Amino acid sequence: MDLLKQIAMALQCGDSDGIGELLQQALDNKLAPKEILDRGLIAGMNVVGDRYKKHEIFLPEVLLAAKAMHMGMEKLKPLFLKDEVVARGRIVIGTVQGDIHDIGKNLVAIMLSGAGFEVIDLGKDVPPKKFIETAIEHNAKVIGMSALLTTTMPIMKKVVEGLKEKGLDGKIRTVIGGAPVSNEFAAQIGADGYGYDSVQAVDCIRKLISLS
Amino acid sequence: MRELIEIRKDEIIPDQTNALALQGICPGTRVSANILKLFDRGLEIFAKEARPVGMVAAISGNDFDFVYAGEGRNDTNTPVAEIFRKADHLALFAVTVGQTLHDKINELFVAKDFALGSMLDSVASVGVEKAADLLEIFFRDGLQREFGVDGNIAVMRYSPGYCGWHVSGQRKLFDYLKPEEVGITLRPSYLMEPLKSASGVIIAGSPEIHVFADTYACCSQCESHSCRQRISRLVNSTGASGSGGQPAAME
Ligand code: B12
Repeated sequence: MDLLKQIAMALQCGDSDGIGELLQQALDNKLAPKEILDRGLIAGMNVVGDRYKKHEIFLPEVLLAAKAMHMGMEKLKPLFLKDEVVARGRIVIGTVQGDIHDIGKNLVAIMLSGAGFEVIDLGKDVPPKKFIETAIEHNAKVIGMSALLTTTMPIMKKVVEGLKEKGLDGKIRTVIGGAPVSNEFAAQIGADGYGYDSVQAVDCIRKLISLS
Repeated sequence: MRELIEIRKDEIIPDQTNALALQGICPGTRVSANILKLFDRGLEIFAKEARPVGMVAAISGNDFDFVYAGEGRNDTNTPVAEIFRKADHLALFAVTVGQTLHDKINELFVAKDFALGSMLDSVASVGVEKAADLLEIFFRDGLQREFGVDGNIAVMRYSPGYCGWHVSGQRKLFDYLKPEEVGITLRPSYLMEPLKSASGVIIAGSPEIHVFADTYACCSQCESHSCRQRISRLVNSTGASGSGGQPAAME
């Protein structure tokens, strides 16, 4: 089997121990890091996402693959040319102010990194200003926000409005998620997208970025 | 009665079905050995790191009326508002499995052990529910001892954030119960810390009072309709039938 396929396969199996050795072999064979990333790691992760959508595998298996992806990225990152890895876009993500529930947001961040996006994770309890300033500073294309309770959802609206005030709506897109959030709420506050789970989050952000 | 309850970890061992359900895996699904290994590992960590503790305080109907009104943000018609008025006894509760467990989940994520971190999160959530189940039993046993109520009394819990009881209702609940004594605090956003905590009211009365139809305004926004399962269990075990009629089929 060709080496890139083996890497994709190791990733699908969540083989985070074996992936390093395969990557080394690929590098020794003079394969370009970008090619290893796209046709090995990301290709493998795409299969994982598809199988998850078809209910052939479940969240824990996706996360085992995500760990392998992370190990692989750690090895490849130093080898990329400047900005090569940002090609897919930079995303700022966080759990909104007042909220400290971050597991859902973490899962989304992991899946976005796995899909090749550069993710700036602001953590939890993030004020609206911080989302906007960070996105501007790092030239991010999308802000992703997470909330656990209905009481913290209004912060999402503040971010959407803050971007509008600065004339950045349409330039920096907003995507929201979390247990009490819905498509209807996204439409109501003027957010650009909503993701029910981490796989939908990736699809939604991919779509938004292709529009911009 | 206001009691701090130390909960033994072996009384609240999270079950696989519910933990895997929170991982998005339907009951009865065949899963890989990797998933089972993660669940077992999650249980081991839970047994080591959980610090379950709870608080229960009896409350009169009049006082609960005031607590339930909360910040005035409840739906106009709610099942709880009707149920508690028919109750024989009420108690507020708060329960947690502790901060250490939450820290451990974060630690696993930082160490990139995403699958185990996520599994432990689900295991811990199930642990909270089991701990809350125990508080219901604790309250019922207390009623039997103190008032000699018969074993058929139906005891069920309801929480702010569910069934039209606005989550901001936790402020007055906290003012009355003061669960800070067991380490549970409330943020201005009404989020409890530690995260793996639950709060609410335990309502004891004849089984019929807990039966309601899922036709309230809040029911149309509810995704889980898990009340149907609880009511079905109650109907099956007691033969109760309430003014709300038979509950709809279980999910
Ligand atoms: C398990 C659970 C609990 C557990 C654990 C809590 C926790 N989260 O750690 C326990 C039992 C402790 C609990 C307690 C409470 N809960 Co609770 N809980 C749930 C439940 C069933 C699942 C939440 C969960 O852990 N999901 C798994 C994680 C991984 O999913 P997630 O965080 O939602 O993230 C996913 C998606 O939302 C999405 N996503 C998340 N962020 C983002 C961001 C972006 C940009 C995108 C695109 C997508 C995205 O992708 C993620 C990965 O798939 C939900 C109902 C539900 N079906 O979601 C209620 C729910 C969150 N709880 C609710 C409530 C009310 C409470 C309590 C207030 C009840 C009470 N009074 O005791 C407390 C609050 C706890 C606290 N600390 O303050 C409400 C909140 C709604 C509201 N009214 O505000 C919900 C929605 C249930 C309901 N009523 O419908 N809860």
